[in-house]
Amino acid sequence: MKVIEVENLTKRFGIFTAVDNISFSVERGEIFGFLGANGAGKTTAMKMLCGLLRPSAGKGSVAGFDINRDSDKIKAAIGYMSQKFALYEDLKVWENIRLYAGIYGVPEREAARRTDALLEELGLSHEKESLVKSLPLGWRQKLAFSVSIFHRPGIVFLDEPTGGVDPVTRRQFWEMIYKASESGITVFVTTHYMDEAEYCNRVSIMVDGRIAALDSPALLKKEYGAESMDDVFRRLARKSVNGGL
Amino acid sequence: MGELNFKAVNVKSLAKNFGKVKQGGGGSGGGVAALGGLSFEVDRGEIFGVIGPDGAGKTTLFRILTTLLLPDSGEARVMGFDTVKDYREIRKIAGYMPGRFSLYQDLTVEENLKIFATLFNTTIEENYHLIRDIYEHLEPFKKRRAGALSGGMKQKLALSCALIHKPEVLFLDEPTTGIDPVSRKELWEMLRRLKKQGITIIVSTPYMDEASLCDRIALMQDGKFLRCDTPSAIIASFGKNLFSVKGDKMGAMLEGLRRVEGVSSCFAFGNSHHITAEKDNGTKSSLTVTSLKAHLESAGFTDVEVTEAEPTVEDCFMELLSK
Repeated sequence: MKVIEVENLTKRFGIFTAVDNISFSVERGEIFGFLGANGAGKTTAMKMLCGLLRPSAGKGSVAGFDINRDSDKIKAAIGYMSQKFALYEDLKVWENIRLYAGIYGVPEREAARRTDALLEELGLSHEKESLVKSLPLGWRQKLAFSVSIFHRPGIVFLDEPTGGVDPVTRRQFWEMIYKASESGITVFVTTHYMDEAEYCNRVSIMVDGRIAALDSPALLKKEYGAESMDDVFRRLARKSVNGGL
Repeated sequence: MGELNFKAVNVKSLAKNFGKVKQGGGGSGGGVAALGGLSFEVDRGEIFGVIGPDGAGKTTLFRILTTLLLPDSGEARVMGFDTVKDYREIRKIAGYMPGRFSLYQDLTVEENLKIFATLFNTTIEENYHLIRDIYEHLEPFKKRRAGALSGGMKQKLALSCALIHKPEVLFLDEPTTGIDPVSRKELWEMLRRLKKQGITIIVSTPYMDEASLCDRIALMQDGKFLRCDTPSAIIASFGKNLFSVKGDKMGAMLEGLRRVEGVSSCFAFGNSHHITAEKDNGTKSSLTVTSLKAHLESAGFTDVEVTEAEPTVEDCFMELLSK
């Protein structure tokens, strides 16, 4: 079953085409890496997939809902986490979880039960009453990820989830991503760490609003005769004509 | 003024505390100072990298060195000038590019640059040679508002503004954060060229792979330097055996490897896993390429490839974190 399926998706801002006629699909449970240089159109594409921006042209569905007609249903059916903003620092750990549970309509008793189970699993039970701002950054990121999938969405969008995180936490974070994907949650992730591209089942690389390559990391490396995903990325990004403008 | 042979930066027991728990300390309420008594020196003409995750204290250190923040105790000198007493002198000779874009969004590219030049009593023309490489990319858009530039272009403008008064020391706080790998590489090439012009560069980054581009680095966490040395010396002092492992089921293998006796740590490293093992009698570990491979094959993994690997700065950082 496909969780994302888009055809000829396009977004124009005035005369500038940010996303230029892209088509791709993502399977259930897949870890899908969404790469590209700054200004290649990743954020714009992601906003359309999350129901935050109307496409100029093209069609498609996310989590079973039409991106042109059912953007509100998409918002309720997906999870989303960004590096820049994830949790309310002035709320306690449990208050943050409860807020998200409420927004996504998880029944209160169920939310209470899941909160305890989640904190237990994260080893954070003793921090339930702590303000989020008192937690180390690494823990906050792990908590933010758990909160983003608290309502058990079919797909979670992670926008540079590991930016600025220490190298050990970064890896623990990826182990959480693996677990989520094993439980059937599709993971759509952007990153500037090319080693993380290797952890994805498939990777797409955007250049100037188009998808310039899309395959498994192993096949991409083979196709471009490259040692690493970093190499693949550089070869493709060099083809950019607008230099990220 | 200090002695004639002053260093570009000289820091002694520098401490700063913001009065409340910022982070670290395992979340159990143990407060960690933003800066916990740092001492180090940077030679003139060096590229010195401060490498560490968000919250390590990098920005606090940069703000003290650029005279924007007072330390609680200790002292810091930049080109011989004291950051507290001689702050006016430092402001003349230091260039600073903050981590957050801090130019005037509503002014054009050219107007921003002109303001910085004028503030420092110079003109764009006078020091154009310093920024030519960087500013060339921006020149076609010099009438565009700074706020309307892409991320990479904003960085280039900010760097041009930090350079236009011909600073002796350049402080760059996370210039590559959130920037794609290609633009990151470009920026580092610019830094190498600036070094050739004799400018001392102090740069912070959360990307461990940028360590090798610096002359010396400090690995920073929780307000302290875990190590401060050349990248090669840090790698040479790794102290454990390191293996790189590949196979068919990488996810499951991670768990499997952690159960193997003699494995002290096991983490994913891109397309392989890195395994560390204690050295017996300081020489070789009881784990070998052959024994690891045998372990994995008997546990049912196929296509197993095991090699001894050279540690990277990232391996070293992770090892230091575990101590």
